[in-house]
Amino acid sequence: MEKRVTFKGWLLPLCLIAPQVLVSAIFFFYPAGQAIWQSLFIPDPFGLSMQYVGLGNFEYLLSDPYYRTSFLTTAVFSLLVTLCSMVPALFLAVVADRLIKGAGVYRTMLIWPYAVAPAIAGVLWLFMFNTRVGVVSWYLGQLGYDWNHVLNGSEAMGLVVVASAWGRISYNFLFFFAALQAIPKSVIEAAAIDGARFWKRFWTIVLPLLSPTTFFLLVVNIVYAFFETFGVIHTITSGGPQQSTTILVYKVFSDGFVGQDLGSSAAQSVILLVVVGALTIFQFKFIERRVHY
Amino acid sequence: MTHPNDPPPGMVERRGLGLWVSHIIMILGVLIVFFPIWLAFVASTVTQADIVSPPMPLWPGDQFYNNYREALLSGVNVPVATMLLNSLIMAIGIAVGKIIISLLSAFAIVYFRFPGKMIFFWLIFLTLMLPVEVRIVPTYEVIAGFGMLNSYGGLILPLIASATATFLFRQFYMTVPDELAEAARVDGASPMRFFWDILFPMSRTNIAALFVILFIYGWNQYLWPLLITTDPKMNTIVMGIKQMFPSGDDWANWPVILATSILAMIPPIIVVISMQKLFIRGLVDSEK
Repeated sequence: MEKRVTFKGWLLPLCLIAPQVLVSAIFFFYPAGQAIWQSLFIPDPFGLSMQYVGLGNFEYLLSDPYYRTSFLTTAVFSLLVTLCSMVPALFLAVVADRLIKGAGVYRTMLIWPYAVAPAIAGVLWLFMFNTRVGVVSWYLGQLGYDWNHVLNGSEAMGLVVVASAWGRISYNFLFFFAALQAIPKSVIEAAAIDGARFWKRFWTIVLPLLSPTTFFLLVVNIVYAFFETFGVIHTITSGGPQQSTTILVYKVFSDGFVGQDLGSSAAQSVILLVVVGALTIFQFKFIERRVHY
Repeated sequence: MTHPNDPPPGMVERRGLGLWVSHIIMILGVLIVFFPIWLAFVASTVTQADIVSPPMPLWPGDQFYNNYREALLSGVNVPVATMLLNSLIMAIGIAVGKIIISLLSAFAIVYFRFPGKMIFFWLIFLTLMLPVEVRIVPTYEVIAGFGMLNSYGGLILPLIASATATFLFRQFYMTVPDELAEAARVDGASPMRFFWDILFPMSRTNIAALFVILFIYGWNQYLWPLLITTDPKMNTIVMGIKQMFPSGDDWANWPVILATSILAMIPPIIVVISMQKLFIRGLVDSEK
């Protein structure tokens, strides 16, 4: 926790830590406290007074079919984004790892999408699948498939999943590739000498050795899908059609800012807070202990 | 990247036909991943007429200069040049602000004993857990209360309230040999002297790696600028693009919008590619 050798005095360290504590207090603890406080009230229709309702907002939310649907939507969305970004990344990393020359060049080329903001990724994919001008939707039309994510909920979900997973492929590739390169080649050679073929080696040696990286990426990608994909949803579907792509974070935004339902939005923030807390604790406790070579 | 004791290459790596298959798979992968960016670039160099009669061309046209000039100087609501400047100020503000406050607080936590230290430590630790997306409404009210809507302070301050950087520097300080602080103390150097002359120079690589990560984080922010910049002149480029789409059934000005997307990607891409080593290091460090 601290050094054997420390400096004397208490005023200086308090001054040093003050900026961070102040910023956290004003922009973090106070708003988080406000969210918890507001979640216990309902404002009257004119916004003039607040009525205390206890856990009423939570009870209402949990019995609200729209909110439950949004939970399910978020689960499906996160799972698909995680899957669609990790599987191709692992595949490419395994292929790149076996190349002696050129792997570095491919890595440089694959990093690009990581730098692209989720909202920009949303614009790019929206452009490709736009119902009037999109290239991909046009070619799909030539093949006889009528693409319309504006009306079709599953197509809308597919599009936001792909747009969200796209940039994450770079991220996951970097971690998988680094982990693969860190496996001593002699271990793989030994298995090869014993006659294990590529797939056998992959399943019995490489994949178990990658498990810490895999589990780490699993949690990080789920957190990403939960919270950082707002830009993708907002640019492509705005939560539609018929709320089929309204994930929880989007609902906090649309209920709080568009619908001005502050009590409900605050209660949703508190629920999300619990979800993030649980994921963080899960990451720190469970994964770091359980997954070993 | 290879281990010193490894046998000579050739046994598990691909050779002959397999090698070519591997290269082809990688090239296909790169092409697929790259395609959306390429298409956006092509669309930013053709006319609106080329786009609204699908399929659009897949090779760049001759309108590069016109489209980018229109985007940069007039845009749709506000010139993209203004948005680029706002994004730059926000991204650098977040990166520098976060690095400064966390360098100092990590120094206090590691090198001092003072009353309430553990409480402060845990308070900072808690901020790891809550992304800004979760507390948007109350944070918005705080900023509005301070009269900081449509200001750089309002864009930057709420996003530097997170502990990742503090933990990174704390981790790093713990690896600095005790003898250095001991020697500084024996020589009668003040703590701040030790910080400036020894600790800060030693942290340079970590600072640079963190800067790359934080710059991209700040540049790519969407929801927060969307909420607090109601004045188009304060829009950042990443959130401003959505505002360029017309409401209703009008045709979007695709060449200009996509030229803006390309402009929005260039700074973070330059940072990532030119500082690739630092970027990967920062990525791995900040997630550990």
